[in-house]
Amino acid sequence: MNKLDMTGLTTMPAQVWGGIRLVPLVREEPVDGLRLHHKIYGGYGDVQVGPRTHYLSYIPHGFVADWSGEGGRSAAYGTQLGDARPACVPVRRHHRMAKRRSAKGSTEDRLRFLPLHLALEGYLALHFGGPSVVWDEWSQQAVRQGLSPRAEDAYAGWQVRGLGDALRIFEIHPDQCGVLVYAADSLAAAFVVPHPADYRALHPSLLEDLYGELVHQYAYFGGPVPDFEARIRDSPHLRTIADLRAAARAQERTWAEDHDTLFAGRLLDPSYHFERVYRMGSFSLWRFLPPFRRGEPEQHIGEVITDHKGRVAYLKTFRLSEAQVRRGHLLNRLHDHDWHLGRTAEALGTSYLDLVRRIRAAGFESLLNEHGVALATSAEPAHGRTAPPACSA
Amino acid sequence: MAETAGTDAEPTIETHADLVAAEDVLLFVNAAVTSTGQREFRSEAYAQQLSLSFLHEYVRVNYRSVYAAALALDINDHNAARIMEQLLRTAGEAGEASDAQKRTEGRLIAARLAVLPPQRVYRLFRTLRAAKVNNRRTRAILRDWLAARPDLGLDAVKYRSGLKTAVRHAHLPFGEGEFGGGEFGDFLFRPGRRVRYEHAFLDAYRRAHFEQVAVYDLPFTVAEGFAAKHGIPRGVFLERIAPRMTRLERLRTQRAGTKTDLSVMPLTRLALYVLSLEMAERVRRRAELTGALRAAALRAAGPYAGTWGRVSAVLDDSYSASGSGVKRRRPLAVALGCHFLLEALAGSYRAHWTSGAADPLLVRPWGPTPLGTRILDALEDSPDRLVIVSDGWDNAPPGLAGEVLRVWRTRLDRDRETSVVHVNPVYDADGFDVRRLAPSVPTAGIRDAEDLAALVEIAQFAEGRTGLAELQAYLDRRTDRFLDRRHQDRHHQDRHLEGAR
Repeated sequence: MNKLDMTGLTTMPAQVWGGIRLVPLVREEPVDGLRLHHKIYGGYGDVQVGPRTHYLSYIPHGFVADWSGEGGRSAAYGTQLGDARPACVPVRRHHRMAKRRSAKGSTEDRLRFLPLHLALEGYLALHFGGPSVVWDEWSQQAVRQGLSPRAEDAYAGWQVRGLGDALRIFEIHPDQCGVLVYAADSLAAAFVVPHPADYRALHPSLLEDLYGELVHQYAYFGGPVPDFEARIRDSPHLRTIADLRAAARAQERTWAEDHDTLFAGRLLDPSYHFERVYRMGSFSLWRFLPPFRRGEPEQHIGEVITDHKGRVAYLKTFRLSEAQVRRGHLLNRLHDHDWHLGRTAEALGTSYLDLVRRIRAAGFESLLNEHGVALATSAEPAHGRTAPPACSA
Repeated sequence: MAETAGTDAEPTIETHADLVAAEDVLLFVNAAVTSTGQREFRSEAYAQQLSLSFLHEYVRVNYRSVYAAALALDINDHNAARIMEQLLRTAGEAGEASDAQKRTEGRLIAARLAVLPPQRVYRLFRTLRAAKVNNRRTRAILRDWLAARPDLGLDAVKYRSGLKTAVRHAHLPFGEGEFGGGEFGDFLFRPGRRVRYEHAFLDAYRRAHFEQVAVYDLPFTVAEGFAAKHGIPRGVFLERIAPRMTRLERLRTQRAGTKTDLSVMPLTRLALYVLSLEMAERVRRRAELTGALRAAALRAAGPYAGTWGRVSAVLDDSYSASGSGVKRRRPLAVALGCHFLLEALAGSYRAHWTSGAADPLLVRPWGPTPLGTRILDALEDSPDRLVIVSDGWDNAPPGLAGEVLRVWRTRLDRDRETSVVHVNPVYDADGFDVRRLAPSVPTAGIRDAEDLAALVEIAQFAEGRTGLAELQAYLDRRTDRFLDRRHQDRHHQDRHLEGAR
């Protein structure tokens, strides 16, 4: 799998509020056999990272994917399914990001996962293992523990200017199963669910989601974006209402086509890297990473549930900022060359010192062994020192 | 007036200014009809108030006579009170105008005060007191209004602090014989001085402090407090106080078991009530609710019933029709009211709800606004009149409604066989007007569905071809009618019926 298959989802006219454009995606038929539920966690999430080390975080909400086929159950806001603990326990343990729900010993056909964390984890844990060859330049920490722990900054939806209002006044289509969120006409996030009822229940969760720094900036500094207003050409062929109706239909079609090629084209790029995280019946939970090519305007990470034909049943994406793309690019290049700084620098077409500077600038300074780097730099320019006219002359 | 008739020809500088003036006036009227300074679906309360304040000041300074004449139109009570306050505050500005103008202003204020609900009047008096407006005209207006109250005893009990403020502000001789023989003065300012009162309400109020039976002699809102004090069970209280309730109080407490006659309710109130009910209840009481709505619509249509020919309506029941927390479902209620009113007005009638709903009684604010497609559906009926009730936000796709209407006018219906009018229940604070669909379609603000017929009349001015003189003539006509007929004006009595009877 290398490309998102959005078959079955139709683009409808966008609704604009200030700098935010929301494009509804409509399904003619809901995806059979999969439902998403919303789960609210009462307190802080707690992950045991190592002995006597805990990772505590506030978790705004989680999703429960249900493929048990009990389609009659409708999605409900804040359901707490099969929860053995009393609801008032403030700290919960989340051993894994994706966890199969179990009730009293028997496993159920339900999977709990934290939206976007799956994707972010994929990005943060990119080359989690660290260098595979113990080069002198890498610190002990890098060799033993890899890149962990690392952090990324993100903004909550309510901090993105105008998003709250835009979501509040958005008029949800009857069969709507997804939405594309644009800030200053640049794709900020995509969200798709299997069933319209799920979408209605989960629409407000967009406000609790994470958005990248770039999205926040675009929304903050970008002005209002224009509506794509329908235009009917004043031609003499328009003689009856049927002609007028046909012209109106054509307008809607044009918009959908233009949108799919112009706006969402990048998301459907076939160069994304997909990794299967979990298999649930005929559905699969994947996360995907962009190719981290430099200079490309927009790259997304995300998670997706596909059905047996590979069509998207659930999708959530996170827009990476320039710096994040650069960091991913750097790690990928290092990995390609077995974390050897000299060879990587050569492949990147820069000097050794420049690469070290780049690694430091990317926030990986703690991974470098200062002593090793110093040794290498003093050794490397040694043969270069003969070339320039030395001042000793 | 002669020069404005020829505006289709090349407009001269004066007529251009004239057109602008007419536009200003119309947009003020639209704002004054729709906006109440409260939160709307798409704008906050402060934005509405700011926008409205600007319009009031702008029109008051530039077109003072029109500003006063707006009191004769079907503007809402919030704006009526505001206009009166502004007129009384800036009496100095009127000094430059003629005496006749001053006199008209005074008469308009008095006439409008008479139809305003008393709680709003008392609030206006309180505002005037806070603003330290206490000129001779204000005092005279206040005194006349109080003298014309049918029962001051009721006011003394029900609007006690309001009456007290008003009396104090105007220095009315309440201690002496003119107003209730000094009894009211004692009641308001020296409670406990008298052992008993002559007036039934005042005495009931005194006794209600210690006697449960006396509670039921008081107006409902006052009695509620005493009932709580005596710990009377709500059900028992509501049953026994029922004869003392106003119509709207009965409607409001109906869920708690009060019996009320729906057929006497005004149309928009009734629509709001219907929309507040659960779907199952609407289905169960279908005959009763439909009957009441039809009866109210027929009453509102009056002599015009059945005279409008073939009518098609496009009614907006998209999600935005849910209004806001303070104006809950108002746009949808207006649409529902208009549906039944148009049914009564038309010879043959077809409705097109934006969601595609077929059953008007079961509408709910839901989904997007494909206004363009629905207008096409409506035009296919080839009606004599097309009425669009919508907040003007057309989003599936945006702007299609305007395009359809434009092409329809320029290509398909050049002879203007179909008249199109758009009524809009929501004030757009950013645009200082209600939102329009297309320049060629007259748009009017609407607050109560009952006013539809009058609004369609004023909307004809909004096509941008009418000058100020023509509009002024219309306003003068309305003013005269309002001042002459205010005593027999059934419509306003219907809207503002108040009191414990």
